[in-house]
Amino acid sequence: MTEDDIRRTFLDLVTRVAPDLATDDIGGDDHLQDDLELDSMDVLNLVAAIHERLGVDVPEADYMEIATPNRAVTYLSGRLD
Amino acid sequence: MSVFRMPSLGSDMEDGTLVEWLVHPGDHVSRGDVVAVIETQKGAIEIEVFEDGTVDRIEAALGQKLPVGAPLAVIREDGEPAADERGQTAVPPPEAESPAPAPPPPADETLPTPPAQESTKARPAPDVIPASPAARARAAELGIDLSALTGSGPGGAILLADVSATRPESTPHPAAKPGLDLAAMREAIAAAMSRSKREIPHYYLDHEIDLEAAQAWLSAHNAKAPPEGRLLMAALIVKATARAAAEARDMNGHFTDSSFVPSKTVNAGVAIALRGGGLIAPALMGAEALCLPDLMAAMRDLVARARGGRLRGAEMTEGTITVSSLGEGGVDGLTGVIYPPQVALVGFGAPRRLPRIIGGAVLPRLCLRTTLAADHRVSDGRSGATFLSRIAGLLQTPEAL
Repeated sequence: MTEDDIRRTFLDLVTRVAPDLATDDIGGDDHLQDDLELDSMDVLNLVAAIHERLGVDVPEADYMEIATPNRAVTYLSGRLD
Repeated sequence: MSVFRMPSLGSDMEDGTLVEWLVHPGDHVSRGDVVAVIETQKGAIEIEVFEDGTVDRIEAALGQKLPVGAPLAVIREDGEPAADERGQTAVPPPEAESPAPAPPPPADETLPTPPAQESTKARPAPDVIPASPAARARAAELGIDLSALTGSGPGGAILLADVSATRPESTPHPAAKPGLDLAAMREAIAAAMSRSKREIPHYYLDHEIDLEAAQAWLSAHNAKAPPEGRLLMAALIVKATARAAAEARDMNGHFTDSSFVPSKTVNAGVAIALRGGGLIAPALMGAEALCLPDLMAAMRDLVARARGGRLRGAEMTEGTITVSSLGEGGVDGLTGVIYPPQVALVGFGAPRRLPRIIGGAVLPRLCLRTTLAADHRVSDGRSGATFLSRIAGLLQTPEAL
């Protein structure tokens, strides 16, 4: 998977857990909780969706690694290698 | 023969717009069946029928805005002959756009009127079109027929993105643009909260709960669990509150007609913030009896439906106490306003690590400020204090929740 694929997938999953967001509105450095107003339930749903789609189990201790799309792409690229 | 009417889904509701019929004349219905969907100030709500019988006639057409109490359908009890076999049964015409809610009518009305031709005016029920409130609002705004869209949400539900996709030139910030729905929801919240502050003599109690044991147990549980099996602190908080509420005599129930009616079960209203503004507190039914994984699953489902789908009428009306939890990103504490006809609301701030004295030493402890707002017509500070202490105690043995 290229980084673009990962970004596309990540954003797709974010808009699935937060259907009132649109992919085009999410910036690479937008903080999921502070900027996009995802709450802890949304984050858990996102982590579950990442697990299902990419097979990557993000432990609780690593949640901050997926706090923005840019950070998530870096983190998930590393986990997918 | 009885009349199925526009229900009141909360003291703040005056009217609703009928958007879908899920039954047709001749269908058999049982108590609790979802028979229609109405659009309210709080989004689309599935409404249930409260008796067993057969749908005799549909009285209200889709798209009609009807006051609470307006007739929607006539239900024939089991064994009763159909209307056209026994003369005529009808109900007064709905007063659409009536400024005041209709007074609660008697449960059963049988009035002679000319033969029914009006029932056939109801448009045939379309296929069910699941869609999020935001999607509905946007579609209505843009004049898009939901049935023309393909949904990408759970169960094919139409999401805001699906509506926006049909209009690529439309505004790029859908979430930031509150539609009419949010303005209506604000009015509904204003009405309910004004009534609460006018009628309920609130008193407030503050208590700090040590969350170390609960957090340690939760972290250990979640470290072993796949994402699907993880729990949130909110689930522990709701469970502890529900169990304490089940033991308290005067915190859990409804205050109606000048008296308090305690509830045997705890239907914990969970305050859910909607992105873009607005708040809704649907109930987790029987929360005191759910094990943590089941409670977590129910909460997940409730939040998802509050935001992207549909809530049930019962979830809107049968809450017996409200829990409002700010979560990690929140402020220190929350002093809430009771949601009538309930008599208590427990507000939880964001857990904070603070210096506390434990056994003579200053230690960092995870602290949770908990604030009870309770109704002085029903309880006093002493029982409120017992209730809060019980919540705190239950959270010290999270493995037993």
